[in-house]
Order: sequence, then C-alpha cells, then structure tokens
Amino acid sequence: MKELSYREMGLTDEEYRQAAELLGRTPNYLELGMFAVMWSEHCGYKNSRPLLKQFPTQGPQVIQGPGENAGVVDIGDNQALVFKIESHNHPSAIEPYQGAATGVGGIVRDIFTMGARPIAMLNSLRFGPLDETRVKALFSGVVKGIGDYGNCLGIPTVGGEVYFNASYRGNPLVNAMCVGLVRQDEIALAVANEVGSPIMLVGARTGRDGIHGATFASEELSESSAEKRPSVQVGDPFMEKLLIEACLELIKEDLVAGMQDLGAAGLTSSIAETASKKGLGVAVDVLKVPRREPGMTPYEVMLSESQERMLIVPRKGKHNRITEIFEKWGLDAVVIGEVTGDGLFKVYEGQELRGSVPVAALTESCPVYTREGQEPVYYKKKQAFSWAELPDECDSQTILALLASPSIASKKWVYSQYDHQVMLNTVVLPGQGDAAVLRIKGHDKGIGLVTDCNGRMVYLDPFRGGVMAVCEAARNLACVGARPLALTNCLNFGSPENPNIYWQMQQAIQGMSLAARTLNTPVVSGNVSLYNETEAGAIFPTPVVGMVGLIENLENRMDMAFKNSGEIIVILGGLRTELGGSEYLALIHDEESGEVPAPHLEKEKVLIDLLLELSARKLLSSCHDVADGGLAVTLAEMAIAGSMGFAVSPPINGQRADEVMFSEAPGRIVASLPESSLAEVEALARSFGIELHRLGTTGGGLLQYKLEGKADISVALEQAAHSWGEAIACHMS
Amino acid sequence: MKFGIIVFPGSNCDADCFHVIEQVMGQEARYIWHKEPDVTACDALILPGGFSYGDYLRTGAIARFSPVMSRVVDFAAQGGLVLGICNGFQILLEAGLLPGAMLRNRTLRFICKPVHLKVKNTETPFTRTLQEHQVLRVPIAHGEGNYYCDDKTLKELENNRQIVFTYCTPEGIENDAANPNGSLANIAGITNKAGNVLGMMPHPERCSESVMGGVDGYPIFAAMISWLQEVGR
Repeated sequence: MKELSYREMGLTDEEYRQAAELLGRTPNYLELGMFAVMWSEHCGYKNSRPLLKQFPTQGPQVIQGPGENAGVVDIGDNQALVFKIESHNHPSAIEPYQGAATGVGGIVRDIFTMGARPIAMLNSLRFGPLDETRVKALFSGVVKGIGDYGNCLGIPTVGGEVYFNASYRGNPLVNAMCVGLVRQDEIALAVANEVGSPIMLVGARTGRDGIHGATFASEELSESSAEKRPSVQVGDPFMEKLLIEACLELIKEDLVAGMQDLGAAGLTSSIAETASKKGLGVAVDVLKVPRREPGMTPYEVMLSESQERMLIVPRKGKHNRITEIFEKWGLDAVVIGEVTGDGLFKVYEGQELRGSVPVAALTESCPVYTREGQEPVYYKKKQAFSWAELPDECDSQTILALLASPSIASKKWVYSQYDHQVMLNTVVLPGQGDAAVLRIKGHDKGIGLVTDCNGRMVYLDPFRGGVMAVCEAARNLACVGARPLALTNCLNFGSPENPNIYWQMQQAIQGMSLAARTLNTPVVSGNVSLYNETEAGAIFPTPVVGMVGLIENLENRMDMAFKNSGEIIVILGGLRTELGGSEYLALIHDEESGEVPAPHLEKEKVLIDLLLELSARKLLSSCHDVADGGLAVTLAEMAIAGSMGFAVSPPINGQRADEVMFSEAPGRIVASLPESSLAEVEALARSFGIELHRLGTTGGGLLQYKLEGKADISVALEQAAHSWGEAIACHMS
Repeated sequence: MKFGIIVFPGSNCDADCFHVIEQVMGQEARYIWHKEPDVTACDALILPGGFSYGDYLRTGAIARFSPVMSRVVDFAAQGGLVLGICNGFQILLEAGLLPGAMLRNRTLRFICKPVHLKVKNTETPFTRTLQEHQVLRVPIAHGEGNYYCDDKTLKELENNRQIVFTYCTPEGIENDAANPNGSLANIAGITNKAGNVLGMMPHPERCSESVMGGVDGYPIFAAMISWLQEVGR
C-alpha cells in the first residue's frame, strides 16, 4: 500500500505541528494515522463541538445525555429507552448497498453496547430526483441494504422518511436510528476502570476494509471518490446477530466492566475512548488481532473499520465465562492487550513497540475550530420572494400531482422491504400514523418513534427550519398520543469551512436548541455529518431529528385513518396561508423560495398538551398533522388511510385558495371525531387557547374540497389512492 | 402443553413464538438450542422464522445439518406435531420433511405485508378450528417464499390434500394478483403426507392478539393445542 502524506490523511499543516508538539517528536506513520482518524470531524467533532454545546441536554427524564454510545431516557417501571441516529452518507454515495447496510450495523452496535436490546430501527433518507437513473440505483441499493441487514437481525424497521430533491443528487443522505429497551440497572457504559484488565476483541476478523473511513466521511465527495470504494466496509448481519445475543448474555450475567463497539476509526477509536474516561492507558499487540488477510501492517490493523467487532473489558475473574458464552455462539474472543496506568496508547507488533501516543492527545487534545459564519447571499433574496404574481393553481390536477410527488407519496415501496413487525411490538405500522407506535410487553404503556426534517425549509431559513424540525417531530408524536420525551439528531451539512454553510449550522442549531428547550425534549445523543457536497454544491442543510415519546396507556393511541362515515373534520391551530418553502411552490411553480412560515413555539407546546388531553379522553377518531403538501394533502392522506372520502369547505375569507390548501405553516392538526364529542373538543380547544375550525364531514368515495367563490374540487378516492400509493413503485418499475 | 421452540443461530422469531405460546395461548414454551440433543419432553415443536446461519448458501441449507434436526426428524416420524414458520418452513424443506423448494420472490425483493390465505384443508391438526375455504389475513415477511416443486410432487400434494393454505384475494379468489411471491399454485403452506408437519410462509404468531391488528393466526395455535389435548402425541 502506498504511504499517504499527513495531508492525504486529512490533517492540516497546523494539526500536524500540534500532533508533533503533543508527542514531543515527529510522529511515525502509524501514529500519524491514529491522529488523523481521531481528529477527523467524524470522531473529534472539531468543527461542530462549540455549536453543539447550545443543545439542552438535561431533564428529569434523562438518564444519560451525550458523550456515551447513545442517549438514555426513563420510561418508568425501571425501564429506559436507549437511542441514537447516525449517518452513513459518504459510503452510501459510492456503494449504496453496503454503505447503508453497515450504517444500520453501526448504529445497532451503539445500542446493544449500552446493554439494551435493540427493538426498533428508523431511517431518514434523501436522494436526488427520482426520475434519474443513477438516483434510482442509489435509492434501491440503499433500501435493499437497510432491509437486508435489519431484517436479518430481526429488528423491525418501523418508521422514517424519504425526500427527493436535486440538492442531494450526488450526495444522498442515509441516516439510521436505532432504539433499544433496557432495564435501568443493566445499563452498560464504555469504561475501562482497572489497571491490568485484559482487553478482548470479539466478532469478525480484521481486514483492510474501511481504512480511513472516518477521514473519508469528513471531506467533500468528488469525481475521485469512487476510488475510495475500499474505504467502504462490508457488512455481515449474521455475525452482528450473534454478537447482539452473546453481548446481551454477558451483560445479563454482569461479566463486563466496559464494552465498546468498533465503528469509525476502528480499534484506535474504541480503545482510546474506553481508556480515556478514567485517564488510563492501554497496551495492545496487533499480532494478536485475528486477521482476514495476511501481511497487514500495524497501521492497517489499527485503522481498519471492518464491521461486526466488539471490544470487551471483562470484570475481574470473568474472562473464562465470557469466552464460554462466545464459544456457545460460535464466536472467537481473543485478548489483544491490557489496561495500563500510564495514560499511553501503546501499539506493539509482538515485542516491537510500533507506536506510543498519550490517550488524551488523541481525545481531549483534538483541535476545536470556532469559525465565523456569514449569511449567504441567497438568504434575503429567497426570503423576499412573493408568490402574489403566480397564478392560483388550486385544482384537482394539482392535488393529484402533489400526492404523486415522490417526497409526499406513500413510502410503501420502501417499508414493504423492511420487516416492520418482527418482535411483535409494532401496533401503529408504517403509513398508518404520524409516528410508529410500539407496545412495551407486560405493561399498559407504549412508545412513539419518529424522524423529521424538511431540508428545504432549513435551507430557506435555517433558524426557523431548525425550530420546525423539532416541532414537527414532537407534534407527530402527540398525533399518535405520545408525550415527547427527548431527541437525537443527525446534523447533515456541507463543508463547515465555507462561512455560508457554517452560518447555516449556527442558525439551525440555535433554532433546534430553542425548540428542544421550549418543548422539554432535551438532546441526548447525536451525530454530525459535514462535507456533504459535490462539485455541484452543498446539500440542503438537513439536521434530522429523531424523537421518542411515551404513551402511558396504549389504549389511547391514535392514527391518521378516517374511521366512521359522517364524522366531523376539524383543524386545530388555525388556517394559515403562508406558502413559503412549500412543495406546492416547488412542484407546481418550480420555486424553492419564499419566507418560511413562522413557527409559534409556545402555541406548539400548548397544541401538544391539548392533543394529549384529547387522546387521554379518547375524543378523536383520527388525527394527522399538516405538513408536506399542506391541508389538501393532509386530508387526502387521512381519507386514503381509512378508505373513506370527505367533503370539506374550509373558510378562506377572501384568501387565495392555494394559500389555504397548500400552506405548510406548522402548528396545525386535522382530526376527525364523532358529532357527540364536538362540544367537548371545542371547549377543550378554547380552554387551551387553540383555534378550532370545523372543515366538513367524512364519508363517501370522493375527496371534495369546496372553496367559497371557487369551483368545487372533487377527486375520486380511488384515483387519489392510486396516485399516492403507486407513485414510487411506478418510478422504480 | 409443552411447545419446544428450536433456536438456530440467526433465528429471530423465536421470542415471538415463545410470547404467543405462553402469554396468548397460556401454554408452556421452552427454547431448544440447536445443539441440544433432546426434544422428547415436548408435545409439539415450532421452527420459528428468521435467518438461520444468515441464510448463507441458501435459506435453511445449513440449519438442516444442526444436531437438533435429526431429533426433529425422529419426532415427526413418531407423529409429533411440527410447525415451521417462514425460515422454519424453508428448513423443513431442506431437511426433506416436506417436499419442494423455495426460490427467491419473483420481485427479487423482500416483502413485508399482510396477505390473504384460503384454508384448503381443515382436517389437519393445525386447521381443525378453521372453516373450509375460510379466508385469513396473515402477514408475510420474506425474500425467498416462492414455493416450487415438480409436476409429480404437485399432483401428490393435491391428491393427498397436503396444500393447506393458498394465497388469495380478500374475497377468496386464488389468482396471480393475490400471489405475493410467485409461488406455484399460490401455495402458502403445506403438510407432509401424514399431516403432522406443517410448513407455512406467513406468520400466524404476528396476528394472534387484537393489539397486533388481527387474530387470524390464533386458531392455528388453538388447533394444535386442541388436537394435542384430544388426540395426544
């Protein structure tokens, strides 16, 4: 293998100088490699750390905030949820199947490393326009990669989102979230705390795959990125399944002091992280590491990102029992080194010392860059755009076109490739509600899970877009009857070295922080993915929010399907008319512009409380938030889900019909309810201070929109269901 | 009744079957690790779904060589009830307990969705609670569920009434549109000649409680229990 220069490894001249200073000498090739991966954005968060400090991370529900493999929240009864979302964008861009599969594998390891049984997966995906051949190949490869890996593990993939937009053309986003369930007294942390403890490596053998994957993930994609295909790891879900079962057995028997998965930067990172928490050192011998191929150098062994490997630090005297359990599962566990007291990370090859770096130099001394953000030129221009001159295209053709827009259309083509029912917990399935709902066996309670982010809104106004991402996630949870508890996020942006991109990061994180604080949904884990850009430019800033919520009584859960004919349809939160950033402007008028509708955070909080009260009193038959495509699409989706039409006449008060029908302004819910509940619902809404409008009634086989002073719009339910249901399959066949 | 649930490395519906047998059906369930040599204490065996040995080589192809499989063969030969679900069905085919083979779904994609099944034979220990031609709604979740066998075998299956479930429309019509994976003759589940071994691709354990959105799988487990109670092993 050709030796790389420090620059090719991703270190700047200044960083190289700092590394040499920390060592007190010129680093050798192995040591340089260790610095380069540990100081990459992916491992060291050097560009994002100052911004991430703004996130609220505390709350009575928080058991473990950021800093561990995943966050942990209390759900009562000595139980907790462990969850995190993570990106695998760059690998998926050049090798979609393996890139996505190993993304799933990595996030699942983060969860069971904490001692939790993984119980659900979600994913948030972004691709270029679906009519392009290359995009179709990426899309189908990613979906198959996620499915094949998660299905084999027997972890249901219960939710997520997929958007298609030109900004993601060369740089798709593949963010995977995993949620685990754990007894609070069995939560495991990645800490080596005793000098002399052996360090064990278990799982797959180490090969040359994925070397410098963390560095590769921290630079822009370019024409030559395909040459980095060897930087993409190859997944083996069967091995991972064995690891899950074996590692959870170790935890049940209380055999481990520390457990850490091998992810980005492989052995280097997992060993450094395990040792750094207590200021200890470590000595490892690369010859003891089982290899897949001969002739690997210490550098290659230490930097390999081969998948499905775990590092175990046993409790004193438990080493033999651990080996027994691994043998039962057909896994080889070997001791590769031991914990030392000198604070040094020493790498031996047999008797020969090949590298020695202070652990703290790799972790705590990672450089931090606070950059200057600068408002991009596009911002004010886009904000100033007015749709007043555009024709009002509110008609049945537009509604059908929106329903068939791949970003809005049913994602059945995607989720039917994922096993979403295994484990027998999924009670609100994909496509049925605004969030997935799982029961917790043996209890009355359940949990709601969701991911959200509208990248276009964040692009047009990163602050408001950031607020909206958090609000939408919380609102979606409330729409299934779940109280939002906490969130994880995956911050996908372009290059932070570009002041305009850095400004997007600053603004979005500020907005998300404010919303998370107001809604009492602290950030407990997350991941940053920067340099998401190609020669054609950066992606839409896409800070994906993954949120979990608690349903105290599962009987109170709600979904979006109209249930009974002749029920009243209402909108809560008002009729708003701002079209900025809407799918309608983008799809029909080819304008990704306009002022992003202002989120009203305090109102949003009250709306969530109101929804929870309505669900506790079982007053609603169905409930769905107004988001992509606006009110017209929200109503259509509820009708399609319930195979039941409706007739509505929203009061438009002299506004343009398209404004009322297609505005994506946040903070609004459509619900259906029996006539007999109306008075109580109205009274409750009034007492919470939430505007309520009666829109119409359910029933029949038509979607009927009657707008004062305009021609009535009528679409056959069957036609709407076909446009919405088959759009993606049609593109893909 | 005591149900043995056989666990191979990579099985992943084992806990689901365990839950249904114990919590829903109120019977005793026991995991049987694939290296265990003894299944004699069980009244019935379930081979659950999953990806035994990662589906490497071919679904079920490696699991059939597991030590426990010769015991399953003996158990079946003595008339014991054996239910193979999804990957369990695939293993039963590979082990020769049931005739035929599985091909990849004709879409070449994994499919997870509810399908409708027509009950073709109610005179088996697994279907005695059902009505002839009753339509059940049961979820599938598989990538290789495209059942295939030669003409002679198909004739035998038909003549012996070994075809127990076929894919059909909600109205009970067995046509190509209702066939999710391309299975020969819309076959979703078959028994052996003696009728004591059933393999089915759909997952009855996923629809045995109303909270899961349907209870059409319940009668299959109930049938096994009532048969064991009345007829015994």
